[in-house]
Amino acid sequence: MRWRRTGYVAGAVLLAGVIVFAAIAWQPAIPPVKSPDIAITPELVSKGRTVVALGDCAVCHSPEGHPAFSGGLGLRTPFGVIYTTNITPDVETGIGAWSLDAFMRAMRHGVSRDGHLLYPAFPYIHYTKVTDDDLRAAYAYLMTQPAVHAPAPRNDLPLPLRFRPALAVWNLLYLRPGAAPALDASPRERGRYLVEGLGHCSSCHTALGIIGGESGRYLGGGDVDGWHAPALDVLAHAPRPWTVEQLSAYLTTGLASEHGASAGPMRPVTDNLGDVPPEDVHAIATYLMTIQTSQPPTAPKAGAVADASQLARGHALFDGVCATCHGDGGPMETQLGRPPLAASSALQGPTPRNAIMMVLQGIPWPSHPKPTAYMPAFADNLTDDQIADLVVYLRSTTSQPPWPDVRDEVRRARKDLSHD
Amino acid sequence: MIELTVNGATHRVDVDPATPLLYVLRNELALNGAKFGCGMGQCGACTVLVDDRPVFSCLYPVSSTAGRRVRTVEGFGTPEKPGPLQQAFIDRQAVQCGYCIAGMIVRAQALLERVAHPTEQQIREHMNPNLCRCGTHMRILDAIRAVAATGELHRAGEKGPAS
Ligand code: FES
Ligand code: FES
Repeated sequence: MRWRRTGYVAGAVLLAGVIVFAAIAWQPAIPPVKSPDIAITPELVSKGRTVVALGDCAVCHSPEGHPAFSGGLGLRTPFGVIYTTNITPDVETGIGAWSLDAFMRAMRHGVSRDGHLLYPAFPYIHYTKVTDDDLRAAYAYLMTQPAVHAPAPRNDLPLPLRFRPALAVWNLLYLRPGAAPALDASPRERGRYLVEGLGHCSSCHTALGIIGGESGRYLGGGDVDGWHAPALDVLAHAPRPWTVEQLSAYLTTGLASEHGASAGPMRPVTDNLGDVPPEDVHAIATYLMTIQTSQPPTAPKAGAVADASQLARGHALFDGVCATCHGDGGPMETQLGRPPLAASSALQGPTPRNAIMMVLQGIPWPSHPKPTAYMPAFADNLTDDQIADLVVYLRSTTSQPPWPDVRDEVRRARKDLSHD
Repeated sequence: MIELTVNGATHRVDVDPATPLLYVLRNELALNGAKFGCGMGQCGACTVLVDDRPVFSCLYPVSSTAGRRVRTVEGFGTPEKPGPLQQAFIDRQAVQCGYCIAGMIVRAQALLERVAHPTEQQIREHMNPNLCRCGTHMRILDAIRAVAATGELHRAGEKGPAS
């Protein structure tokens, strides 16, 4: 009898659990529409263009070699590869049948029009803060782009993660739905809105916890695609402290005269920000400079001072491989206004990761050429040991203490790249 | 002394380890196919294969070749018996001044060995680093497509690294 009663209780608890879970995980489909269900004016579309640029939508949804907004970029997450989807107004494979409500629900709650839950690789936990007006404008803009038939490739995820309703639990932990409260229009508040909402900076610049939620210090630095996304709250403590002007220039042009060029996953972001109103970029920079920590960050553990033979090898490699462009009086400095290599953030930073990634990957040509930075990739030209010698040598030309374990870090970086 | 293997033959040269491979190929080994265009990794005229991957030899320290196989355009055929890409470039008259052509052929070879029938997009993306100052790109692409259609350069069973 006792067993049976326990059985009933367990059954009831389970049933209650299932009901609660179903209640939070189940979302209705929103009926399809034949055409956008709001009045679309040229002003709204043009505002939407800026919103979409500030939201960095194209970074993930318009990858190299694919038509604009048709998706298909594989995002490498610790859990597997998730492909970005088609957000052109194609009815079958895009968002052509989405009403404004369906679009808003996706942006605010991470739910697709048909009711399935979207993976948080899509930053709805940030977009949820975007105002109604901005979302309307983004909708108007996207719905007037050329429709492209492009089904999303199948995600490459282990079985339990393919069960999307489980995301409801993740959402309970990390999603705080709702637009940001009305904002005053000061540059600082505008900047905060753009950083926290549309710009979703913390997606990369905050460390992720074990189930992929942002759980490190807010904007305290994170890792993305093998690169280190630097902490944004210690910019004022950099060896050459960042200023609003340097930061604005960096974000708009991809180049700061005292810190170097944007690279890696940040490159498409700065490409994008070149197309938004300068006041907005200035607001972002202004806000970021107000969240600086009062104390400088604790210095990371320094490595042993490199031996003379390693420095000599690195120096020789520099002369043979890098000096044509980066040597004293080389074209980078004399013609293009770049800072000396030793001043670049990649060489001044707390970890050697970005210096190594720069050597491995370089900066590719953009698909839409505009004045830009370019650097060839050296992954196939240099061995791991040579890259380590080079990076150790380059670090020794700065005023910073040596990095520890550079050789191992090169191996790890190379391994991260080989998953591409 | 540095030992390097080029087109299957081993050579010993007395140069500084940081010397770019391009200079060694041209000045020491008289393999003049690869050209010096920019010396900055921006044009691809100097492209050679190292372990089947295309590299800019102008930015490639010769000491990096240790234990690796270097191949240049000279290794793909002879004037009497041109290789498939060389023949296709001749057939389509893909050459104006010719300065970029060795680099073009070498880079294309790497793709066609790895991928039997690359798509147009794959070809264009792969060839992107190489410039032709005469503007014969259309004929160059045409020649590459012709060889891609036959799939004859593909190394069956060899799984090349992803590009
Ligand atoms: S000469 Fe090597 S890339 Fe131009
Ligand atoms: S044929 Fe003259 S540079 Fe290509």
